Amino acid sequence: MKPGYTIERATRASRIAGLLSLVVVAALIAAPWWAGRANMRLLGEVYAFLALASLWNLLAGFTGLVSVGQQAFVGLGGYALFAASIFYGVPPLLAVVLSGFVGALVALPLAPILFRLQGAYFAIGTWVAAEVFRLTFAQVSALGGGSGTSLPARIVTDIASTRDAREMIVYWSALALGLGTVAVIYVVLRSRAGLALTAIRDSEIASESLGVNIARTKLVLYVVTAALTTMTGALIFLQKLRISPDAAFSVNDWTAYVIFMVVIGGIGTIEGPIVGTLIFFLLRETLSDLGTIYLMLLGAVAILVMLKAPKGLWGLFSAATGVTLFPLRRRVVSTDAR
Amino acid sequence: MVWLNAIVQGVLLGGLYALFAAGLSLIFGVMRLVNIAHGDFIVLGSYLALVVVQTLGLNPLMSALIVVPLMAVFGYVLQRVLLNPTLGKDLLAPLLVTFGLSIIIQNGLLTIFTADSRRVMAGAIETASVSIGGLSLGVLPLAMFATAIAVILGLDFIFTRTSLGRAFRATSEDAEIAKLMALDNRHIYAMAMALSAAIVGLAGIFLAVRTNFDPSTGPMRLIFGFEAVIIGGLGSLWGTLAGGVVLGVAQTLGAAIDPGYQVLAGHLVFFLILILRPRGLFPRMDG
Repeated sequence: MKPGYTIERATRASRIAGLLSLVVVAALIAAPWWAGRANMRLLGEVYAFLALASLWNLLAGFTGLVSVGQQAFVGLGGYALFAASIFYGVPPLLAVVLSGFVGALVALPLAPILFRLQGAYFAIGTWVAAEVFRLTFAQVSALGGGSGTSLPARIVTDIASTRDAREMIVYWSALALGLGTVAVIYVVLRSRAGLALTAIRDSEIASESLGVNIARTKLVLYVVTAALTTMTGALIFLQKLRISPDAAFSVNDWTAYVIFMVVIGGIGTIEGPIVGTLIFFLLRETLSDLGTIYLMLLGAVAILVMLKAPKGLWGLFSAATGVTLFPLRRRVVSTDAR
Repeated sequence: MVWLNAIVQGVLLGGLYALFAAGLSLIFGVMRLVNIAHGDFIVLGSYLALVVVQTLGLNPLMSALIVVPLMAVFGYVLQRVLLNPTLGKDLLAPLLVTFGLSIIIQNGLLTIFTADSRRVMAGAIETASVSIGGLSLGVLPLAMFATAIAVILGLDFIFTRTSLGRAFRATSEDAEIAKLMALDNRHIYAMAMALSAAIVGLAGIFLAVRTNFDPSTGPMRLIFGFEAVIIGGLGSLWGTLAGGVVLGVAQTLGAAIDPGYQVLAGHLVFFLILILRPRGLFPRMDG
């Protein structure tokens, strides 16, 4: 009998997870009917951070572009939304989508300058860029200058006339963005480009010798990540309805927490940021009364994880059980064995 | 005259930025480590100076006798316990560990000292000045600038004339071979961090006397130090002084135009240099 082989990409766990996640997504879509107003707001925040964490992970975990300046794009998104809707009367939800283009347009010329810095210096360079954005928007008096501004009521009622309907629409948009981001990343990573990305993750030199165009891959990824981060930022400030330079370009809120999520969950996997986001919010909802102690704890946990389990909690779990929910690997399976 | 004054004050301010930058540049040169918590170390040094001055009633500049050795020990232990295990693999581990440290120091200081803005009073020296050619130069900024030059001369001496400096250069060149030559890398790295932290201690004292500080001001000091390093050119000691001066002048000129432009002008000059001369004004070593 002739031996036969086939390439398999799904695992049993991933098929079960696929079915289960359908149920979870259905439940989340229905949240306006079973969750209270406060919980819906919390969930909206979770989705935004899920998107930010997944995007930061895509950048740092796969191409080694560690950015400490993603708040540049979060804030840019917020201000793009406010500027487009206040000055040009663009409907807010359309403005969220358009802000993605703004993010890409800004990232495209910025990337070649920042790419001149290597490694950790790149990280601080991105931070300086974010500071330039913050200080620049603080000078724009039409958007409230340093003290910021609120989204006018006429624009808010433009989304939907009643408060319930408005919150439902914003909730669903956040859900779509959060899950959509994870889905896009999953599809990209399983594609040809994703194979190049995982190759760069494992060894930059080896992948280059096999014909991966590293410079172009990094540029494209940086711009795409910037665009999606900007859209997430726009949505975050659509939920908040108020913006100020310090809040919009906060390194703690939009980058430090996000890095902790990814590191604690597990960098370089799709599951890691999801697990990390859930753990972060679990900790926050239970321990945030501790204030500064809680933040010190968070820093200590991140250091501990980095030193003792660099692949994060999901990495530990996955190594122990062999379970992957979003398999990126291709495995050769003998068809005879069936 | 206003402009000339701004430039001269900027040059002197550059001394402080050179002190921020020297420690950062030193550890990057020796072990390719970028300490994200560098700015928080500086602010930690400022708070140490505050405590020493308040409890012992010392002159702030004399507090260096206590603050600098304490910071050096802190740097040595930190490197041996937390940072050495992160070196070598990839850049992510040291970056994230120092990032975690930054959050811990900021919030630790916040718990102990609250968010109130503090300042160390230095008495008469704060306002003392000498006048040269119609410009009045503060004694404190002059002392700051002189200290920066002394620190860089000292580092230059250590690097080129001492066995410790030879060990620094050897591990920087090739850590593996240095190990074969019976150098203990872990100790060498810890000594580099101790030296860096000692300089940070000095910078912290000057910062504390010169301006107000609170637990959240660290990151901005890191950014200024980093900008001075990149403007001056990676790996060049005198470059950090030049970078500090360029940054200082850019900021004081920006502030002379509009106080809101002070920091922004510094950032813009940094990006301009990055575009025009990506390897800095005085490039030396290969990154």
